[in-house]
Amino acid sequence: MARLSYLDAGRAALAEELARDPLVWAIGEDLGRGGVFGQYRGLTETFGPDRVSDAPISEAAILGAAVGAAMTGTRPVVEMRFSDFALCAVDELVNQAAKARFMFGGQARVPLVVREPIGMWRSSAAQHSQSLESWYAHIPGLVVACPATPADNKGMLKAAIRCDDPVVYMEHKNLWGLEDEVPDDPDYLVPFGEARIVRGGGDATIVSWSAQVHVAAAAAEALAGQGIEAEVIDLRSIWPWDKERVLASVARTGRLLVTHEAVAVAGFGAEIAATVAERLGRDLKTPVRRLGAPRAPVGYAPPVEDAVRVSRDAIVAAVTEMMR
Amino acid sequence: MMHRIRALEEVALRGLADKVVLGAIHPSIGQEAVPVGVMGHMSADDLLLSTHRGHGHTLAKGASATAMMHELLGRVGGNCGGKGGSMHIADFEVGMLGANGVVGANIVIAAGAAHAIKLRRENRMVACFFGDGAINRGPFLEGLNWAAVFRLPVLFVCEDNGYSATTRTATMTAGAGPAARARAIGVPAVEVDGNDVLAVDAAAAELIGAIRAGDGPRFLHARTYRITGHTGADPATYRPAGEVEAQAHNDPIGRARDTLLAAGVAAAEVDAVRAAALAEMEAAYGSARAAPYPPADQAFVDVQDIGSPAVEAY
Repeated sequence: MARLSYLDAGRAALAEELARDPLVWAIGEDLGRGGVFGQYRGLTETFGPDRVSDAPISEAAILGAAVGAAMTGTRPVVEMRFSDFALCAVDELVNQAAKARFMFGGQARVPLVVREPIGMWRSSAAQHSQSLESWYAHIPGLVVACPATPADNKGMLKAAIRCDDPVVYMEHKNLWGLEDEVPDDPDYLVPFGEARIVRGGGDATIVSWSAQVHVAAAAAEALAGQGIEAEVIDLRSIWPWDKERVLASVARTGRLLVTHEAVAVAGFGAEIAATVAERLGRDLKTPVRRLGAPRAPVGYAPPVEDAVRVSRDAIVAAVTEMMR
Repeated sequence: MMHRIRALEEVALRGLADKVVLGAIHPSIGQEAVPVGVMGHMSADDLLLSTHRGHGHTLAKGASATAMMHELLGRVGGNCGGKGGSMHIADFEVGMLGANGVVGANIVIAAGAAHAIKLRRENRMVACFFGDGAINRGPFLEGLNWAAVFRLPVLFVCEDNGYSATTRTATMTAGAGPAARARAIGVPAVEVDGNDVLAVDAAAAELIGAIRAGDGPRFLHARTYRITGHTGADPATYRPAGEVEAQAHNDPIGRARDTLLAAGVAAAEVDAVRAAALAEMEAAYGSARAAPYPPADQAFVDVQDIGSPAVEAY
């Protein structure tokens, strides 16, 4: 075990995979200077500019070239800088990467990792703050990962790089500095679709992912002070998502709250809520609840930004109400 | 080869009329000299990225006509098992990495395939075909710049048939055209009469020679003419009266025939090539019509390993 930040855990994962497999390479804007957040710091020096490469500000070419390079036997990791900018490469991801294997009848594999930093990061405003994970969960062919902890950011990034499917890998910008214990094992892999129980509890189930997991955990802590034991589940990946673990928990607690930073309308929480309602609706003690952002862009000024944030107190209030 | 491409598409158009070719097909009738002239300089190891109008590219790269016909009819035995159809034909065995339903999308993919070749220090090259309409899409700029910056082994081939789907490209395109745009990005470009198979062959030889020498990407602007409509179902009434007729003397197959006859090749010999091509494609069509559709469970195969719909689709 080593104590690493979420950022350094991701950097260690990539460094280990670059060392392990000569077909792995990374490309994106400013990687030669460590990437916009420093998550590639030192890697170009270690592995050379061909394997950790700068790219022009050409998102369609970054992602499209990665599709071609992945179909030609390499394993590219592409950095999109902000998930918002990946929208300049939606054709390359949705029409090309996600479908090549299927539409070519299994002739192609697209082992590609698309790193897309998501989420609100103080005063980054409307074009640098979005959480669009549900868009990609909607696309057959893609895996969608949203790690919440340093250990997961190592084990899931390594799993993503070794995976033969295209993986949309969404790191949360607000978590870069979060430190925790991270396994040293070079084969430490966190499988997709296996949720993590952050905290056990029998009164209610709170499902979340990415940075919102920590808000949910803080809410559960506060609820415990009121005598309410909430189980907090970190989904880790939203496609695939760990339906069994969520259903088992809700079957026990009879109450489900899903919370995410993304807009609530058509967010992935709706999928979870619908699934639980379909499978367990008659057994629930109270209707399923969702807490996501209102359907409004993220603002620059702190009070405007905070107005669309799902706070710890909002989760506490919702669960308290569900207990009545 | 030009006869084989022509015959394949003529039979495929009949398949459309017979309602067994189910989706849209985009014939390249009249454009056959471009892939034939280029692909003669490529081996099976080299890679090809094609377009929605890609039957000629695919056949010239070495794909089986029978497998292609099965694919056009959506049948078992197609290159993609019947799951891709005309617009997504691919044959990785012969280095054909896919037609593409999105105009210009293959340009950046081709750059990436060439990037992988460079990273793996392989001695191969990539050819990327697209139409004149594609030069107005962003990936044209991004892909050419990428290939030039990383000095990648890729030949960009612009098949300029004058039409962007059903609109005259000239009315929607500023500047001096495809070659000028390529040169502005730093990619050396050659312009050629794309209906003269020998001229295409000579230009491709020069450009591919430079690419194989490690000089980076090259660009071929081939002027040609699409004798049919945009799709097999498009009567192309937007074209001025007499335009197609005026192009009759310009048919690349007719011109190649004239060249061969002038060189002393017997007409019967040339006609036999045409007859053999038609017979091959008729047999392929018969084979495809007799083949079954893939079973419904193929809908869930080859989507993804993790989170596969074969395990759980909902």
